[in-house]
Amino acid sequence: MERKLLAAVTVAVAAVTALTGCGSSSTAGAAAKATCTNKIVKADAPQVTVWAWYPAFQEVVDLFNTAHSDVQICWTNAGQGNDEYTKFSTTIEAGKGAPDVVMLESEVLSSFAIRKALLDLTQFGANDVKANYTEGAWRDVSSGSAVYAIPVDGGPMGMLYRKDIFDKYGVTVPKTWDEFAQAAKKLSEGGFKGKIADFPTNGRAFTQALFAQKGATPYQFDLQKPTEVTVDLADSGSKEVLKYWTDLAKQKHVATDEAFTADYNTKLVNGSYAVYLAAAWGPGYLKGLTGADPTAIWQAAPVPQWDPAAPVQINWGGSAFAVTAQARDKALSAKVAKEVFGTQEAWKIGIEKGALFPLWKPMLESGYYKNLAYPFFGGQKINQDVFLAAAAGYKGFTFSPFQNFAYDKLTEQVTAASTGKKSSDQALDDLHSTVVKYAKGQGFTVTEK
Amino acid sequence: MTTSIVATSGKAPRKTLRPERPGSLHRRRQRVGWLFVAPFTAVFIAFLIVPLGYAFWLSLHTKSLAFGTSFTWFENYAKVLDDPAFVRGVVRVAAFAVVMVPLQILLALSVALVLDTLTTRLAAFSRLMIFVPYAVPAVIGAMMWGFLYSPNFSPANGLFEFFGAQAPNFLGSDSIFWSLVNVVTWQWVGYYMIIIYSALQGVDPEIYEAARLDGAGGWQTAIRIKTPIISSTLVLITVFSLIGTLQFFNEPQVLQAVAPSVLIPEYTPNMYSFAQAFSYSAFNYASAISFSLGVVVFIGSYLFLFLTRKRSGLS
Repeated sequence: MERKLLAAVTVAVAAVTALTGCGSSSTAGAAAKATCTNKIVKADAPQVTVWAWYPAFQEVVDLFNTAHSDVQICWTNAGQGNDEYTKFSTTIEAGKGAPDVVMLESEVLSSFAIRKALLDLTQFGANDVKANYTEGAWRDVSSGSAVYAIPVDGGPMGMLYRKDIFDKYGVTVPKTWDEFAQAAKKLSEGGFKGKIADFPTNGRAFTQALFAQKGATPYQFDLQKPTEVTVDLADSGSKEVLKYWTDLAKQKHVATDEAFTADYNTKLVNGSYAVYLAAAWGPGYLKGLTGADPTAIWQAAPVPQWDPAAPVQINWGGSAFAVTAQARDKALSAKVAKEVFGTQEAWKIGIEKGALFPLWKPMLESGYYKNLAYPFFGGQKINQDVFLAAAAGYKGFTFSPFQNFAYDKLTEQVTAASTGKKSSDQALDDLHSTVVKYAKGQGFTVTEK
Repeated sequence: MTTSIVATSGKAPRKTLRPERPGSLHRRRQRVGWLFVAPFTAVFIAFLIVPLGYAFWLSLHTKSLAFGTSFTWFENYAKVLDDPAFVRGVVRVAAFAVVMVPLQILLALSVALVLDTLTTRLAAFSRLMIFVPYAVPAVIGAMMWGFLYSPNFSPANGLFEFFGAQAPNFLGSDSIFWSLVNVVTWQWVGYYMIIIYSALQGVDPEIYEAARLDGAGGWQTAIRIKTPIISSTLVLITVFSLIGTLQFFNEPQVLQAVAPSVLIPEYTPNMYSFAQAFSYSAFNYASAISFSLGVVVFIGSYLFLFLTRKRSGLS
């Protein structure tokens, strides 16, 4: 009896320690030694962990690791966009588990910097590489005198259009939004089964960029004064742009399909839309989609303008490398952020295999990039024709420190406006008051314009 | 799972009165009993009680983006109750509960009653087939339905076109409610059916024989004899269904990928809590939302059990 009892005790205790012990030891192990997707070339060099989702990034990492004996990149793809941000956000809350260097889109930099999750890179020589980037690109990663990331790729916008569809219905390439509306009408009335373009209700950064073209500056925010934010979401420019698109949608001249779904991806390439208003990474995106119309002839043109005499260039997306506050060797991490995309070879991989738009001037301004002919566009030199000018004209943009919330509410309001539940003006007024209320609830002193 | 339910639907366990003798054997037995439950208790405490306590502790703090964390007692809860997004979410899941719970129970009961009377091989096969959707993981099921609802890829398009009609937009703002009801019903009816079916199998066939001798037909036996006998099982699965519906999350969260503008982050309270925590980094507020939802679920289930206390056999 006694022996049996003893045995039972031993088994139970062993089971409990196994279960609880297992949990704690595995988390400790993960923190101490990260697992890399790539192979470490020089095993005795210190490692810097990097989260990024760039296409073909593996090759860029290998290139970097082969060229460096003082530092090695340990790379993980922690998901794209919000998937990665959710994980990063959790590590910030937990106080551990973050990578040393993290890829972030410029729109979320303020949101993470305000949580003290990112380092100001000026103390690690960020300004030494400032001259390598355009003014707009640098403004996107800075707040006041602080610099929170090193720019990598950009999203200057252009208009990708189906030349075969335009030709078939006798439509000329629109240079202004007025001409665009006329072209939309001509296509619909000419019997084109699709629509000229899509105005997605969940366009988020895309919608924001269209508003910005008509002068919208929705936020003013400086991380040196982190409790103050200026919100101006119901300005006349945004209202005009939203009215323009919802009117076209009401007349059934543009589609209002939700973006980034499987259906939308197919429609982009199967001839449902004649135009894809795209960022410079758009062509790479299109190429990766299935269900494409084999007879399609794509061409790129500048994005239409409101006032052709004073063209405004806009940007959709673009990303950068930030160093997290949890970085073990901060200076070394900053070095990785500065140098990983700091060579011609790295950029050749980024451009040719990843379809990235370089913000690094030595590549951006090179003859190679300018004269690059794209087979997808029938050999058109789309950088020279469209995107280089778009990037040069971009002045930068300030996002809010609660951008995810603001975008979610923008989606709600644009949906209400494009389904006719409210007027476009009312939608933006409501958006403004919701965001202001939220900002106040988060403790900001809000200036309204 | 099923065996324990059969037990509750059967006869009440007989209480054996044992003289409370503080003998050494009895004490030792008690100790051994504790040892047997120790592994479970350890896991239960580590993965349920401690996280719950931590979440509650979090919910008593407020962390704003502009300022740091501060202890604010129940301020978050006041904010939750005053939050129109949370209230809209609760109303929405309540509407789902009103539609979905009776629908699932009725379907499951009808199928179980039919299958109970059949003893052919086809019955066994049908039982398995109706149960299969439950064996499909909820996320996979929702993804599959996302494809079936897709305006471009759905086989429904071809079907409707064959009759010269256009398929409705299953993912539109007006139809998404019913599309979700369909997914959940498809998934859970089989599970409830199995529970009811096993309860029916546990009933003494002599009762049916007696009913037949008294002149009851098949229909009358089903409605007047079988259903009342398994009423405690019905109450139990209704509570399961109610709790599941109030905590609605998986299906709308997965379908969000195909209908991002319709299935907004505040669509259900659980989704709202998820968004607050992981999209807006308001972990404290998210905890308060979760606890508030927990209170709603508790009140809902308690109310239901209270109203059905005569049938449930739990009083």
